[in-house]
Amino acid sequence: MTYIDYYKVLGIDKKASENDIKKAYRKLARKYHPDLNPDDKEAEKNFKEINEANEVLSNPEKRAKYDQYGKDWKHAEEFEKAKQQQRSSGHASSQSFTDEDFSDFFSSMFGGASSDAQRGGRSVKFRGQDFSAELQLNLKDVYTTHKQTLTVNGKSIRLTIPAGVKNGQVIRIKGYGGEGINGGPNGDLNIKFSILNDTKFKRDENNLYTSVDLDLYKAMLGGEVIIDTFDGKAKLKVQPETRNGSQVKLKGKGFPVYKKEGQFGDLYVTYQLTTPTKLTDKEKKLFEELAKLRAS
Amino acid sequence: MNVKEYIPIIQLCDHYSLEVSFFGELHEVGLIELTSIGESQYLHQDNLVEIEKIIRIHSELKINIEGIDAILNLLQKVDDLTTELDRVKNRLSLYE
Repeated sequence: MTYIDYYKVLGIDKKASENDIKKAYRKLARKYHPDLNPDDKEAEKNFKEINEANEVLSNPEKRAKYDQYGKDWKHAEEFEKAKQQQRSSGHASSQSFTDEDFSDFFSSMFGGASSDAQRGGRSVKFRGQDFSAELQLNLKDVYTTHKQTLTVNGKSIRLTIPAGVKNGQVIRIKGYGGEGINGGPNGDLNIKFSILNDTKFKRDENNLYTSVDLDLYKAMLGGEVIIDTFDGKAKLKVQPETRNGSQVKLKGKGFPVYKKEGQFGDLYVTYQLTTPTKLTDKEKKLFEELAKLRAS
Repeated sequence: MNVKEYIPIIQLCDHYSLEVSFFGELHEVGLIELTSIGESQYLHQDNLVEIEKIIRIHSELKINIEGIDAILNLLQKVDDLTTELDRVKNRLSLYE
């Protein structure tokens, strides 16, 4: 557990007035408030720090204790004993923080969140908190609709993942978030999909892209090649005089369209011409003849 | 209409220590939708997450309703841009 310099956290000096503290806190709160910085863990951490600093410095009693024993927090108990008889009423705070939002340092000195900072006595039903989770899947996993069991906050959730889910897509599962308060509805669970692609296919929305090697002779004279599609193989007719880098489209051989059963994107195949190496004398001679024919 | 899904504004005012006029103003600028049943006004429970966010911004950051409106619009833009960025990143992976 390390000492936290609350003055430094708020960017003020030790002589700061109540008004200075309030101003500094509000300025930083506007910068780091979690509602203004969604999914930003760093901002959330900073916000907790400035709240903790404000909780201490805006309360004259806590501030006095901190100023006296801050660096020497292990002896804070002595302060408590001395203050036992002259304990005054608590400082009113509008913050809604719980013990887990405070550092060990704070808990050691002040014994956790002040009771007036905690929400209590609710009689109205409130919806639970929304949870967020990230699920990593392989591209192959999302080619077909499948079921998967997830554990979120200790709860097992059996989830149907529709084919065609995209990288970065968020799916909201109603009622699987935090429990409602006073019998209110549960929050929702937002699952963000992170799709890893370790295949030779590139994906853009519902279309897939791949390339195949094509030998010079087949490219010049035409023929057939067997290529890999995402779920099998396909025979492709190669047109005579096919150019390097030319692309053919295989309709319906791409990725499944999300939540549209039976619909697929297209597969685009790019030909990459390979030229023969280690030519024999005879081959060399024939190429020379070809070159002469072209030149004439 | 399932009445059980609606929360009386008066209860929200009591819980959050806010004036009824605060919710009225939010309704006027189009930040929330209130439903009138008889003489009372209600908020649908699906809007509770959003209203709690608005109340936090208002009470913890001392931002007025016009400011909240601007912030929510900007957050929506950030969200749209994040979605667009994910889409572009996916597309960029084609060329990597």
